[in-house]
Amino acid sequence: MDLNYGAEYEDFRKDVQAFCKEYQGISFKSESNDNNMSDALNGSSAAKKSKKEVTRSEWQQILIEKGYIARAIPKEYGGYGGETDIIKSRIIATEFSKAKVPGGMGGQGIDMLVPTLLEWGSEEQKQKYIRPTLHGEMIWCQGYSEPNAGSDLASLQTKGELIDGNWVINGQKIWTSTAQYSQMMFCLVRTEPQAPKHSGISFILIPMDTPGIEIRPLVDMTLKAGFNEVFFDDVTVPEENIVAKRGEGWSVANSVLGHERGSLADPNATMNRLNTLINMMKEQTIDGRRLIDIPSYRDRLMQVQGKVMASQAHSLRLLSSKINPGQNVKLGGMIQKLVGTELRHELEGLAIDVLGEIGTLYEDSPYLKEDGSFQFTYMYFLGLIIGGGTNQIQKNIISERGLGMPKEPKVTEAS
Amino acid sequence: MFFGLSEEQEQFQDYVKKFLADNVTVNEIRKIANGEDEALAKEIYSGLINLGINALLVPEEHGGLGADLLSAVAVAQGLGSGVGPIPFAGAYVMAPIAINLAGSDEQKGKYLPQIVSNETKFGVGLSEYVAAREDAGIDLSAGKANGKALFVIDGDEADYFLLANKGGVLFLVDAKDKGIEITKLTSVDKTRSYLELNLKNVSAEILPESESNPEIAKKVLDAGRIIFAADSLGASESMIEKAVSYAKERKQFNRVIGSFQAVKHMCAEMASDLEPCYAMLWQAAHSFDHEPDEARLQACQAKSHISEVAKMVSKKATEVHGGMGFTDLLGLHYWFKRIGLNRQLLGGPELIREEAAEIQGFNQ
Repeated sequence: MDLNYGAEYEDFRKDVQAFCKEYQGISFKSESNDNNMSDALNGSSAAKKSKKEVTRSEWQQILIEKGYIARAIPKEYGGYGGETDIIKSRIIATEFSKAKVPGGMGGQGIDMLVPTLLEWGSEEQKQKYIRPTLHGEMIWCQGYSEPNAGSDLASLQTKGELIDGNWVINGQKIWTSTAQYSQMMFCLVRTEPQAPKHSGISFILIPMDTPGIEIRPLVDMTLKAGFNEVFFDDVTVPEENIVAKRGEGWSVANSVLGHERGSLADPNATMNRLNTLINMMKEQTIDGRRLIDIPSYRDRLMQVQGKVMASQAHSLRLLSSKINPGQNVKLGGMIQKLVGTELRHELEGLAIDVLGEIGTLYEDSPYLKEDGSFQFTYMYFLGLIIGGGTNQIQKNIISERGLGMPKEPKVTEAS
Repeated sequence: MFFGLSEEQEQFQDYVKKFLADNVTVNEIRKIANGEDEALAKEIYSGLINLGINALLVPEEHGGLGADLLSAVAVAQGLGSGVGPIPFAGAYVMAPIAINLAGSDEQKGKYLPQIVSNETKFGVGLSEYVAAREDAGIDLSAGKANGKALFVIDGDEADYFLLANKGGVLFLVDAKDKGIEITKLTSVDKTRSYLELNLKNVSAEILPESESNPEIAKKVLDAGRIIFAADSLGASESMIEKAVSYAKERKQFNRVIGSFQAVKHMCAEMASDLEPCYAMLWQAAHSFDHEPDEARLQACQAKSHISEVAKMVSKKATEVHGGMGFTDLLGLHYWFKRIGLNRQLLGGPELIREEAAEIQGFNQ
């Protein structure tokens, strides 16, 4: 066991700390309540009243120049042009989180499409899409799920036909977050109807202003973060908008899906939320008694703290396995989505319980604590327990790939 | 940066696991648990001592291996996975740590080498220091100990007992002292011994540093808790392996039951809750020696959290085995009971979580 990163990294940590100090308390222009909620989700919080104001894309530029984001993405595509260094990434994440300095933009484009294009895209596609995406000028949405293709995603039916050098697309997607703000969609489309279901899918890039696209909002239970349904009626895009070859879309999509799952429950964010909860329990009272002084509440808090500490230590072990080849972490990575999302849901739920009636207040109500973020995040994480591969699907993956248990036998269609 | 057991520590653990796998099947465990074969019990005990598990935590200057607690954790995981029916947490972890931290130079020079040679064996009774039941407890005055110590561990063949009063003063008593009455208690876990001591005017040999520094008793307690957590983790790992392999073989409805999602999901839940416990345990052991500010909280949380996960595993793994899991024939219950005893020793989860809150100044 050696928990030191070494002198080089401690110097790097000092640089990051200095940067965080300089930018502590920055806020974003035209901040809305939605952004406060997204800060609650990732456990950060930009100060609301601040003299240092930047736009999100200016902040993005500052972070790229320092190499704090887009670190390993080549300069020619708009990245920092450094080497992948997961210890540095960890230090950046930890120090930003401690200082509550907001990180870079996330979203489907940056988190999923950029790594996909780097692996599978043509040179033209890399040149055209990566830079504006990294800089927050091109927002993407993901067109994967369909009403009849949820957990069984590969049964998707949105159809793409190549006609006169163009893909003509018809069908429907669902659970499409940010569709209404997006310039582009990366979409899974069935282009080879005769092929087996996994090899008949292609990965196609669709400008959202193409005629024939209709977006209908699909409001979720938080009434805040919005999904959409997206309908395609003879939507026509050029043939070169396909990424990789015809029929390779399933492999393309799967190569980055694991990345999304891991990122759904960042242990730094969970630790920050635990600290927020602890402080709240020291401040709020019932009959003049602090919440943390009530033994049953305190015991539940300690239980959650134990789980958070376990997942923090686990993330260090995973980090170690990435820099020490040969270190066996068995199921280490596979469990992250399942364990992380359930833990956040439990933590936010505890905050609601200790607040009692106050915990049910929402939106702009008087007496709201922490902007109502506990209620919002509690519900939002139920969405994450279901989304990104339901936690039941995660258990299938863990038992089949992790524990080597057999797959469920195929059932022939009941008549 | 490396987070995990070192190659040496893994190797040590593998030796322990291999020894138990080769020599202690369920039949042997049953014989020992029922007290039917004392020669066998001694043979297993000395086999494990030959691996050097007694010398791990004794400093090199006293002839030991001078290892850190993480190495002892590696061994304890191995012992738990095979429900090793021998003394460890008290005799070879808490006792050497207590003597080394609180003993005089003379006491260290006398007892530590005897732990290495295994000439002198220590039982340990700190239950009353943690939480006294049945009005037990020991008074210490003018060098004499009076009172009752319950739930003394590793004491079957002990030459001395390491005890504490409520204030955390640690002391040794000679098992041959005429004032000691020893009664065996029977717990569900028959793989380890459990004693009651009644003391009348027994000469107490105080470990002097513990009188001036009450933190030492807590340190000894932390070590014991981490080791019981490690034992439960090893036992849980083993129960999951058994459940998974049973589910891959047992057939019902013309399918192996491991192909049913109801069964698979139980296995996935056990595995995914247990997995982060490895890192939590190792970090707590590492902090015990190297990060004093974090150590107490991590020891408390590791013991309580791992006890909770292990309890869940012991239940679900038994259920996966169906009716067979409930039988003595299969013997899965030895692991179930081992986890059950570990959970309560040196404080159950609720008591320890209260202590964790106190350490952080939460309950004013």
